Amino acid sequence: MASAERPPVALGLASSLLLLYIALPLAALVFAFPPAELAARLASPMALQALWLSVRTTLVATALAAVLGTPLAYLLARYSFRGRDVLDTVVDLPITIPPVVAGVALLLAFGRRGLLGRHLEVLGVSVAFTTVAVVMAQLLIASPFFVKAARAGFETVDTRLEAAARTLGASPWRVFWTVTVPLARPALVSGLVLAWARALSEFGATMMFAGNFPGRTQTLTLAVMTALESDLQTAVAVSAVSLGLALSALVAAKALAARWSVPRA
Amino acid sequence: MPEGALAFDAACVRGEFRFEAAFAVPPGETLALVGPNGAGKTTALGLVAGLLRPDRGRIACGGEVFCDTASRVFRPPEDRRVGLVFQDFALFPHLAVGENVAYGARARGRARADADRAAARWLERLGLDGLRRRRIAEISGGERQRVALARALASEPRVLLLDEPFAALDVTTRGAVRSELGAILAASGLPTVLVSHDPVDAFALGDRVAVLEEGKLTQVGTHEELLARPRGGFVADLAGLNLYRVELEPGHGLREARVAGVVFHVLADDRAGPSFLAFAPSEVALGKERFPGSPQNVFSARVAAVQPLPDRLRVVLDVGVTMAADVTREAGASLGLAPGLAVWASVKATAIRVYA
Repeated sequence: MASAERPPVALGLASSLLLLYIALPLAALVFAFPPAELAARLASPMALQALWLSVRTTLVATALAAVLGTPLAYLLARYSFRGRDVLDTVVDLPITIPPVVAGVALLLAFGRRGLLGRHLEVLGVSVAFTTVAVVMAQLLIASPFFVKAARAGFETVDTRLEAAARTLGASPWRVFWTVTVPLARPALVSGLVLAWARALSEFGATMMFAGNFPGRTQTLTLAVMTALESDLQTAVAVSAVSLGLALSALVAAKALAARWSVPRA
Repeated sequence: MPEGALAFDAACVRGEFRFEAAFAVPPGETLALVGPNGAGKTTALGLVAGLLRPDRGRIACGGEVFCDTASRVFRPPEDRRVGLVFQDFALFPHLAVGENVAYGARARGRARADADRAAARWLERLGLDGLRRRRIAEISGGERQRVALARALASEPRVLLLDEPFAALDVTTRGAVRSELGAILAASGLPTVLVSHDPVDAFALGDRVAVLEEGKLTQVGTHEELLARPRGGFVADLAGLNLYRVELEPGHGLREARVAGVVFHVLADDRAGPSFLAFAPSEVALGKERFPGSPQNVFSARVAAVQPLPDRLRVVLDVGVTMAADVTREAGASLGLAPGLAVWASVKATAIRVYA
């Protein structure tokens, strides 16, 4: 339980070091150029294109993470079986490996000569270096964040509540939607936001697997890198937009979690 | 067997624990399953509700077969219509009281307005109408128990199961809730299985008591039957209390209460209606002569049995009803206690607890 007492001065000072270290660069990003100038740069076709592509791809990737990740999270939360630890480790891997490595792995699997890609190629389907590849890279890197949060959320739901709902006549499917999901909702929302933010910041895997083609695969982060070579102000403008998106997502997530949190009976 | 009776005969093994029991509960009857923790009481409820699968056995209610390993029938919980009231009530914290009670009807496909109407009827019957929009976190323990009961009954069950209905309540609310619950169970007309580790609850609410020890039923019968013939340690403890059901006439102070023709004098304030008299065997004094002095309750008794307990003798008496008395070995020897002996027994009126 957090104390309402005033914290000691020494603790406040010690804590402020890291806080300042985090805040300073972010402030530099926001205040580097006058806002009017940044707004003008943002209106450039390159920035708008990248923003629109990022919004589309991250929303699709997050939705896919939710649809594909929810059953896996529920399985891990509710059942103990042989190999669960292995499964758990596999889910954690994309969080720990360098995204560039994940990109190479994606190429080897889904690229033209990849494990699966060469069979897709025969069917005339080629995903590498397309917008689909952007979504795939984001899904691989971001979905574990959702799975971990959702699993933790499901684990906090008392299984007796689910059993009670069954005895009252609800099918397992109905129990999931009327009891499990509402009670795990704060965790599910925070998982969605984390996954979406991670997808938005994706760079390495996208670069390797999807490339850097304006309008097709050039997301916000890739646009920042490209712009940095020629036009610092545009790079800063796009960066500031990314910061704004991440910040609003966090604020929205906190507000929703507070609203949906259920008092323990 | 009457229509709608619960017929239970099942066995299951969980690791080292083996459970095996058979019993039947006719409609309108409450069977109290008592036993120490870990005896398999909750396992029995889980098997009836379909939350556990038996390794062998058949569980049916009326014509509905819940499961039968011989014919490979296993109906999932949502298909059984078993009203289960969980020990800590398991109410949905994200729903209001009214939504909790309407959950069963909604789950079975009834329209919202229809389900709300049915829920409102049950809330009214259990005196909860004022709480319809409250969250579970905002109501008291006693109210939660009534909501849990309303939720189970509103789902139109064939059987009612109560898991330790008083464990989550504080002592002060227990007495009131117990008498309330007795009335509701009697009115429901359902076969009811009540699980408790507390003999007082079991005897107060159970028409019959089934004793479960280490996964086996060691004894089934009425309170009197158990008291007269204890088998096993837990039953001996159960018999550690003289308990009688009486119908009290309205009145004040010292009053008469009749138990099968035997008159007790009790102090019962302004209480009236169905009540219980309880007193410990150690409150019963025995003598060869009729007691002179002040005791209000003096009975001519015949010794039915004498059981040695570690530090005393437990004397089972027939005074017209069965009554247990504890005496020292020395007193037992000087009285020459033996089955068939005629003695006088006395209990002070102030030693008899009266409660609903």
